[in-house]
Amino acid sequence: MTATAERAASALERYEAVIGIEIHCQLRTASKMFCSCSTQYDGAPPNTHTCPVCLGLPGALPVMNKAAVEHVIATGLAIEASVPEHTQWERKNYFYPDLPKGYQISQYAIPLAADGRLTVDTSAGPFTVLIRRAHLEEDTAKLAHGDAPSSSGYRTTLVDFNRSGAPLMEIVTEPCLRTAEQARRYAEELQLLLRAIGVSDADMERGQMRVEANVSLRPRGTEPFGTRVEVKNMNSFRAVERAIAYEIDRQAAAIDAGEPLSMETRGWDDGRQATYRMRSKETSEDYRYFPEPDLPPLRVDRAWIERIRDGVPELPAARRKRYVAAGITPYDASVIVADQGMTGAFEAISAAGAAVPAKEVANFVTGPHARLAKAAGLNPRGTAGPSDPREIAAILAAIADGTVGRPIGRDLLDRHLADGTPAADLLATVRSTISDDDDLLAHVEAVIRANPKAVADFRAGKPVTGFFVGQVMRATGGAADAARVTALVRARLEAEG
Amino acid sequence: MASLSRADVEHVAHLARLGLTPEELARLEGQLNHILDQYAKLAELDTDAIPPTAQTIELENILRYDAARGSLPAAEVLANAPERDGDFFVVPAILGGE
Repeated sequence: MTATAERAASALERYEAVIGIEIHCQLRTASKMFCSCSTQYDGAPPNTHTCPVCLGLPGALPVMNKAAVEHVIATGLAIEASVPEHTQWERKNYFYPDLPKGYQISQYAIPLAADGRLTVDTSAGPFTVLIRRAHLEEDTAKLAHGDAPSSSGYRTTLVDFNRSGAPLMEIVTEPCLRTAEQARRYAEELQLLLRAIGVSDADMERGQMRVEANVSLRPRGTEPFGTRVEVKNMNSFRAVERAIAYEIDRQAAAIDAGEPLSMETRGWDDGRQATYRMRSKETSEDYRYFPEPDLPPLRVDRAWIERIRDGVPELPAARRKRYVAAGITPYDASVIVADQGMTGAFEAISAAGAAVPAKEVANFVTGPHARLAKAAGLNPRGTAGPSDPREIAAILAAIADGTVGRPIGRDLLDRHLADGTPAADLLATVRSTISDDDDLLAHVEAVIRANPKAVADFRAGKPVTGFFVGQVMRATGGAADAARVTALVRARLEAEG
Repeated sequence: MASLSRADVEHVAHLARLGLTPEELARLEGQLNHILDQYAKLAELDTDAIPPTAQTIELENILRYDAARGSLPAAEVLANAPERDGDFFVVPAILGGE
């Protein structure tokens, strides 16, 4: 725990933090929200993905992107929100160079999703975040500071409209969060959810998911809200947690010292690990919303919602639950579900080897497979490098049923990961390593002498052959032909009987 | 209906980024209040049985499929830019609030 986090924790003994989170995420679509310009502008030269609509030229008419609408509805269904039968668009008016029309087309009165929830695991147990609304709007242009003075001698700002009009979903929670950890966990879980349903890539570093927090403190046991500060520019989950902890500590110190707090927007400086004042928010926002006359309203009928619901896949929470039920530890389940690559590999290997215990697959996927996936990436079959889910499943099955001892099995998995050698070839090499019956008989003899009770069980007619075979396989480190061992064990037991 | 004060007019002018002289403010205060009076007249109508109307054209669900098409060439996009730096538009620096 950092010093700031410790001080924040101590402040929370006296004060209650009231935290609300706003998350903007870019939706995964091919084209922009209200025009057909491509959204694949990352790395493209400025102003090459624009048209009269997203440049805000007079007379241009916006037309809604159906996929973007469906993405927000899908998100609403995934967070158990209600979707209205009718909704409309509003103009949010403000002047800023990133907004060429002088207004942003957004949803104000009737969001596409309202009253949702998302439950996250925290160190203090499960916590349910109440989500007030999720609505659809258009992204703004990207501004950069110009370093050279313009011909007029003023400092300048450079505008790139490639991002202008990209579909953006804003998700707003109730002010129901109380700790920095809850906020980080909410952002993490929401990212997983958005990726699982395929509506956003939600990469924070690339600005596809932008988290803002409203933070205020009030003495414990009191109702009225304290002075609210908005925190921006948190570009990682860790930054979300640290920035909020910093704000809790800063605000508590100010209140303790009797210093007034002001309504303001603060930015997080990751280098200094501190928030800094960006601008005052003393004057209340006045966006003069009014209905967008250029866009007809949207009617969302039940059949459309149900079609979208059918396309919503298993959500991360349900998946973790299923994995735990299959015998995976909760920790491993959350590690696998938090990583789409691991989830894909786990599913592919499990599908190829129904008999392999889930725990075996989980250990492999989070261990050696994850290391190779990181180094070599994933192949179209869903596993790392040259490997194949069916071959992996075959080796894991051999380990699980004792045909191959664990140390040798691990070696076989490594060899398969290295060059993709088929499982059958690898298993054949193992089976031929100890084929001398004399060597095997010595192992069989030793195991039978070491287990007189099992021999007695055999005499009593109990099925113990498998037990002896397993013991011999273990004794040989799995380097024996299981079929041959079985035959020798049977023969030796018959002689015993 | 409450009438607009001079301060209200100044506020709206600020939101619209309009720099107005005292004479213009006085004239607009009168004109805006006149418009509001007309709306107050309309508000006398009983509209309880009429649903809120945001649109007068009877269309809904005008959607397009999510397919990307070509954009304008940068040269054309920037043709009317008052000032440019490479392929960027250049505007006076904005410091502080929105």
